[in-house]
Amino acid sequence: MSQHALVVKDKTLSGFWAYLMTDLVLFATLFATYGVLRNNIANGPSGKDIFDMPFVLVETMLLLTSSFTAGLAMIALHRRQAKTMVMLLLATFALGAGFLGMELYEFNHLVHEGHSWRESAFLSAFFTLVGTHGLHILVGLVWLSVLFGQLIKKGITEHTERRLLLFSMFWHFLDIVWIFIFTFVYLVGVM
Amino acid sequence: MLGRLTLDALPHDPIVLGGVISMLGGGLAAVIGLTYFKKWKWLWKEWLTSLDPKKIGVMYLVVAILMLIRGGVDALMMRTQQATSVDGSQGFLSADHFQQVFSAHGTMMIFFVAMGLIFAVMNLLIPLMIGARDVAFPFLNSVSFWLFVSGMMLMNISLMIGEFSAAGWLAYPPLSGLEYSPGVGVDYWIWALQLSGIGSLLSGVNFFVTILKMRAPGMTLMKMPIFVWSCLGSLILIMFAFPILTATLGMLSLDRLIGTHFFTSDLGGNPMMYVNLIWAWGHPEVYILILPVFGIFSEVVATFSRKQLFGYTSMVWAIGAITLLSFTVWLHHFFTMGGGANVNAFFGIMTMIISVPTGVKVFNWLFTMYRGKVRFATPMLWFMGFIATFVIGGVTGVLMSVPAIDFQVHNSLFLVAHFHNMIIGGVVFGIFAGITYWWPKFTGFKLNEKLGASAFWCWLIGFILAFLPLYALGLMGATRRLNHYDSTTGWQPLFIVAAIGVLFIAFGLMLQVIQVAYSIWKRKEYAVDSNDPWSSGRTLEWATTSPPQEYNFASTPQITTRDAFWEMKETGKSVFGKAEDIYIPKNSATGVLIGITAIGLGFGIVWHIWWLVIVTGITILALLIQRLSTDDTERLLPAKEVAAIEKAHGGITA
Amino acid sequence: MKKINIFFGGVVAVILTAMVAWFFAHRNSFAVLNPEGNIGVQQRDLFFFACLLSLVVLVPVYTLLFFTAWRYRASNKKATYKPKWTHSRLLETVWWGIPGILIVILAIITFKTSHDLDPYKPLSSNKKPITIQAIALEWKWLFIYEDYNIATVNYLEIPEKTPINFKITADAPMNSFWIPKLGGQVYAMKGMETKLHLIADKTGTYTGNSANLSGEGFAGMKFRVRSSTEKQFHDWVARAQKTSNTLTYDTYDELAKPSTNHKETIYATVDSKLYSTILHKYMPHSSGQKTEKSKKYHSDNHTKTDHSHTEAQHNTHEGMHH
Repeated sequence: MSQHALVVKDKTLSGFWAYLMTDLVLFATLFATYGVLRNNIANGPSGKDIFDMPFVLVETMLLLTSSFTAGLAMIALHRRQAKTMVMLLLATFALGAGFLGMELYEFNHLVHEGHSWRESAFLSAFFTLVGTHGLHILVGLVWLSVLFGQLIKKGITEHTERRLLLFSMFWHFLDIVWIFIFTFVYLVGVM
Repeated sequence: MLGRLTLDALPHDPIVLGGVISMLGGGLAAVIGLTYFKKWKWLWKEWLTSLDPKKIGVMYLVVAILMLIRGGVDALMMRTQQATSVDGSQGFLSADHFQQVFSAHGTMMIFFVAMGLIFAVMNLLIPLMIGARDVAFPFLNSVSFWLFVSGMMLMNISLMIGEFSAAGWLAYPPLSGLEYSPGVGVDYWIWALQLSGIGSLLSGVNFFVTILKMRAPGMTLMKMPIFVWSCLGSLILIMFAFPILTATLGMLSLDRLIGTHFFTSDLGGNPMMYVNLIWAWGHPEVYILILPVFGIFSEVVATFSRKQLFGYTSMVWAIGAITLLSFTVWLHHFFTMGGGANVNAFFGIMTMIISVPTGVKVFNWLFTMYRGKVRFATPMLWFMGFIATFVIGGVTGVLMSVPAIDFQVHNSLFLVAHFHNMIIGGVVFGIFAGITYWWPKFTGFKLNEKLGASAFWCWLIGFILAFLPLYALGLMGATRRLNHYDSTTGWQPLFIVAAIGVLFIAFGLMLQVIQVAYSIWKRKEYAVDSNDPWSSGRTLEWATTSPPQEYNFASTPQITTRDAFWEMKETGKSVFGKAEDIYIPKNSATGVLIGITAIGLGFGIVWHIWWLVIVTGITILALLIQRLSTDDTERLLPAKEVAAIEKAHGGITA
Repeated sequence: MKKINIFFGGVVAVILTAMVAWFFAHRNSFAVLNPEGNIGVQQRDLFFFACLLSLVVLVPVYTLLFFTAWRYRASNKKATYKPKWTHSRLLETVWWGIPGILIVILAIITFKTSHDLDPYKPLSSNKKPITIQAIALEWKWLFIYEDYNIATVNYLEIPEKTPINFKITADAPMNSFWIPKLGGQVYAMKGMETKLHLIADKTGTYTGNSANLSGEGFAGMKFRVRSSTEKQFHDWVARAQKTSNTLTYDTYDELAKPSTNHKETIYATVDSKLYSTILHKYMPHSSGQKTEKSKKYHSDNHTKTDHSHTEAQHNTHEGMHH
């Protein structure tokens, strides 16, 4: 890599770190809101009534595994094992899509049962917090598809490599946020 | 097809119509002018699509000044209403219209004037001062600017189509909720702020990384110009505060769009949480605006005292302390909510603690003048005016930080006087000082001093006339935002004086416009003969050509001391080397297109035109993907060409 | 340049002098500085004390500003010029230290007065306090005299030298209940109860208002407060009880509809549960009207229901603590 490319990579990674910090503040705000509204269930159900823990556990495992495969993909990228990397990224995509699918199923199920965000402040906060995470996952999946396109067209270059690194940072970040959601929304919710 | 948009949304009110016509007229005149002088291509290539932070900075400045004029017209309308709407007379504005006007005034002045001005100086100066060529992410910078523009446009569109929020500049629920504000006004407010707020957030990240990663070699943090330090504080605050705004506006919007219950009065919603969240952003916001201005004054007072800044280390600590503390005081905006004595006392005390580092800065500035050679050029007049007014604002701020006192002045005109004291005496005076100070650097000529000084005095007199009466009115028991009152209160004379004060300010602003126009006309006469026109510049921007070339510096400076350029003049040892190969970002239209599309997105959400939301949303995504898949974003300017350009413009190269 | 500055500097001096003179001449019209209730008096004294304290900073700043500007002007060749004199540990310690000490003093006072003048703190007096429920409506104030079973709109009659306990809520956007002549304000919020304790030291007529924007009729949300002797007050109560208006749920619903500049009204009788109904109607669990679905949850899970019920009650009593 040229000196210039290294400088670009360095500041891009730093910039993305900084962005992730701001995204973390966004989630923190939603967490705080959820914390305040958690018990304001009005005439609706509480977390205990609606959370299906085995289901959420499977969801969580999917995302954790996808984070793991994304990590392995980065190792493959580092070793320039293009094929392995693509396979791992495909797995990441599939697992992420599975996670998102399950989340949408959960949401749909709840709305179907009559427990939409309109029912209480608790449900509003729940749907918004979890939904915002889901929206991030969706962005990640779109991003990954675009990266597949780029990899097919250009192969591994300084640019695609940098973008893959950014994606993996984003994906691990979402994984961490999910662990917080799993703990503070679902686990605490059913306790 | 058009959601809730019908022909009724067009203005009926003659006053609004007048505003719309003058705005459209201005726009039309600009279009005709550009076409007549065949300047479209120039505008597009040299400005709109440019990724050069200096040009983006100038564009921020132009937009912010135009909005200052609009916000100023709002102020005139408010003061006219309050000077005349007594007893039988209802004034010339209806209650609803009056409330829209003050909501628009506050929103405009903070988001599209003050923030715009702050980003203008950051764009213009941060890269130059740290010896960098550019910001960390030039394209992102363009997106930030155009999102700022889209928010601004959306807010101005509200004047022509529909209405603006009448819920005050921070739109507390439940008043801003669907129950009490079912119209489009609050939605315009939300989305104008949401778009520009995301732009600000991205700028925060961008400049934060610029300062941390792109300083010239040798420029350690403690060798940075103090302006850059103050911006760093401000940027950290942006990064931590603006996501809170984004989330809060998002939740308010969900309440209004899909029926969630975050801030509603029923089904468990909690309006008080909104007030907490909005001030958790809102108080840091005050420091986001004022910190860079402290930086500007630090540079100005040192240069015009022909000295280095007094107490640099103290200044840095003070900035750090203010940055940190500004997140611990938000509750002082609502002591009257009944938070309890201990909570109120805590936030009150934290608030008064902030006045210590701020006071330290004032003394450091005064001692920068001490044993200096002080020249009273226009920037220095602004500085004097700033200290003279700002300390009053500081003292009234400390008064209100005592909860038991605050109960008697909260939400009164005393409070209004206080924050205008900070924003006008601080932010606005500071930006004007900065504009006059750095003007020759970016244009190659100075501004007329006589007009500058006269404008300053008009502003100062206007400020005194407009705001001292408000302090008095507050103590007389006058609350803010009244569209009507009784003459028995005895308030009218003071309201009339305040209105005259606004006229003085308007006159001052007019003089400044004349000053700029006149100076451009006489630019040959006022041309500067060196790169260091005030002859006591200390920081790196004074080392390069005026105006600087797009790459700022032909070679990367090697820094060994604070005030590198001052040191260079003292010792005669240049920090610059031979001209280098330079990468320059290519122009990009994507930022402009995203901005324009974002207007459509915001408009679609405001009016519930869902197909428009989907179309614009997908367009923005496509534009982003297209841009982020482009590898070829820079061009190389070879060292030879750089050397030739520098030679032609009298730049510094070894 | 110099001429311009001298001319305008003079203008500023004249304006400032004129203004200060005008303020001084009208010093009696400053309600906050001429309070007629003990709470307001203490708040005023605190205000003046803090002003005096701030002079410790203001005086040196202004002196230094004009002194250094004059003394070290570029044209003064006699002044010392030391461009490298940029640091003094002693001086910097002084201006971190002295404001620091001032703030410590003010902080102690703040802590003490936040408790002493806590609006929630009942006033001590040998007279029995009068409890008044203040409800902000669109756009008028409804006052219910708990002990006398009467109510008024936009008019408040209170006996002098008697503590008044205000219980404040709203059936409207957030307002702020403020009688400048008597003392500081507190917010009026839907579904919440805030408290304010005031006392009038003498007889007189004052103005009360709402200090927080609450919609179109906000400017008209003002009310007359008459502080009278105890005898006058009781006469007034007796007269009020003989008037023909009564405040029932129906008349309340009518009254609660948005109206501007509502005239002063007196109601002879009031439904005793009206206030708590208004307060609780924005709180789930207290309305008594539950949907089928919610019944299911609440019968399913008693502990949870109880928990959220206390939560809601907690809300009402503590304002923003919850």
